[in-house]
Amino acid sequence: MTTDAAEGGAIRLTVLLGVSMVVLVFAVAVATAIGDYRIGLRTVFLAVANGLGLTSADIPPIEESVVWDLRLSRALVAALAGAGLSICGAILQALLRNALAEPFVLGVSAGASTGAVCVIILGVGSGGLSLSMGAFAGAFAAFALVALLSNGATSGPNHTILAGVAASQLFNALTSYIVTTSGNAQQARDVMFWLLGSFGGVRWPDFQLLLLVVLLGFAICIWMGRALDAFTFGDEDAAALGVPVARIRLLLFVVTAMITATIVSMVGSIGFVGLVVPHAARYIVGPMHLRLLPACAVAGAVFMVMADIASRVIVAQQTVPIGVVTALVGVPFFAIILYRARPQA
Amino acid sequence: MSVVAENLVWGVKRKTIVSDVSLSAAPGETLGLIGPNGSGKSSLLRLLAGLKRPHAGRVEINGQDIARVPRRALSRQVAFVQQNAATDTNVSVRDVVRLGRTPHRSALSGWSAADEAAVVTALERVDMTDRRAQAWQTLSGGERQRVHIARALAQSPQVMFLDEPTNHLDIHHQIEILRLIRDLSLTSVVALHDLNLAAMFCDRIVVLLSGSVFASGTPRSVLTEGLLRQVFRIEAGVSESPYHGRPHIHLMAG
Repeated sequence: MTTDAAEGGAIRLTVLLGVSMVVLVFAVAVATAIGDYRIGLRTVFLAVANGLGLTSADIPPIEESVVWDLRLSRALVAALAGAGLSICGAILQALLRNALAEPFVLGVSAGASTGAVCVIILGVGSGGLSLSMGAFAGAFAAFALVALLSNGATSGPNHTILAGVAASQLFNALTSYIVTTSGNAQQARDVMFWLLGSFGGVRWPDFQLLLLVVLLGFAICIWMGRALDAFTFGDEDAAALGVPVARIRLLLFVVTAMITATIVSMVGSIGFVGLVVPHAARYIVGPMHLRLLPACAVAGAVFMVMADIASRVIVAQQTVPIGVVTALVGVPFFAIILYRARPQA
Repeated sequence: MSVVAENLVWGVKRKTIVSDVSLSAAPGETLGLIGPNGSGKSSLLRLLAGLKRPHAGRVEINGQDIARVPRRALSRQVAFVQQNAATDTNVSVRDVVRLGRTPHRSALSGWSAADEAAVVTALERVDMTDRRAQAWQTLSGGERQRVHIARALAQSPQVMFLDEPTNHLDIHHQIEILRLIRDLSLTSVVALHDLNLAAMFCDRIVVLLSGSVFASGTPRSVLTEGLLRQVFRIEAGVSESPYHGRPHIHLMAG
């Protein structure tokens, strides 16, 4: 059996995966080390090894607790969120055949914000319903509306995108309406911060849930990788290549909505990662999905952990919303890719 | 493989686009599909290729009703070349041709020697072997069309459907593409606009008008002055070409 190695993409993927994994480990360690209470990198690694039961090194219990109970889960959730959003971006760019597609194009983040304000401001569920659950419900309501407007996503890419635009507008309007009519200044501020994204307050149960969702979603997407490639020249072309277009499209829309809704409900709507990382990854390993998706996963994870670190060190004693950082860091980076990949016309 | 269509009916909303079409193509035959704009050529091709489901009637490929053949299995026998397929993705010629192996590969299977052989042969067949690493975006219209035919060939089909494969090509490339299709040993059904090219390269021709078969048969029997007047609303003289022996249509400026 011959391999794809001759084309160089496989080699570049291997290098990218290797380098990214090393960088990721150190980035997670740094993200865990920094904060109001600084901890040495060595202590971080020992604390993690202790936590995993690999070692029983003698380190201060308070430091071990900060690393294991508070910060590690946050850093790992950041990594998973970056990976998940990037995968979703890549999938939607392929299915919608649109370079501007990103995880929130199907209205998921607008729906999540409406769900969140319903909980924060209107007190829907009165305590029984957490912010995350409200956001998740809102996200899925928006997605359901998009699915309905686009006949189960069978109406073609542009129709689906328009349905997403309509749903986003509707839910953003609902959010603004609720905030302006019922919220006070503090609540409005809370909502805005939530919308811009934050990894503060995530803990192990969040990590476990997100790990499950992202791994499952990633597995399905990889399984569908070849079929996604067949969409290169459009739906009809994919059908001519034997791909069950309608079924795969709907399945993958649901998978991306699931991943995105879970992430948004946990950490808010962190923009730009899902748009920029797939383009960067495609630039390195090419457009074929069996390579692109793993590349997106690791690159997205690294990007998000780095962004999280940046969000905490840019301004002393203060955390800049993560969504602001991803855009600030991402745009120049994106500009370089756009410049280098410009059509040679 | 033979292609047989029986009483196909298809339409959108209340408008019937293909009405009661029956036709057949013998194994190895090149069947031309001609007719004015809106006569239903493209829709009929899609029905034949199983990309649309007929409201009534059926299509048999090698004696098998294609409605009963799973999509993937069908794609191993039948290839479809649409007109002006385009993409914004930065893919290489080889990537595009490799897509033709999609119906032959399972979700995670590796790239087999048979896959490689099919791609290499297909690229050779359309004379694009030297350009395999080139970006698809940088190809000219004719080259793109050849790459799409190579991709269809990489599917190792026994039947190929082509929707106006010579669209937008200069005359050299039109002839080159049609010669390639004619010389393939597989059965092909080709929608064409140029009547002289259809006369030169097709074994038989089916003439569509308003969704129905107006006439079918050899180019000589079908392409008559009367038919051209009725179907295409043109005045033309038809004679046997002293060069290739097939009918030649002399258009009149009027």
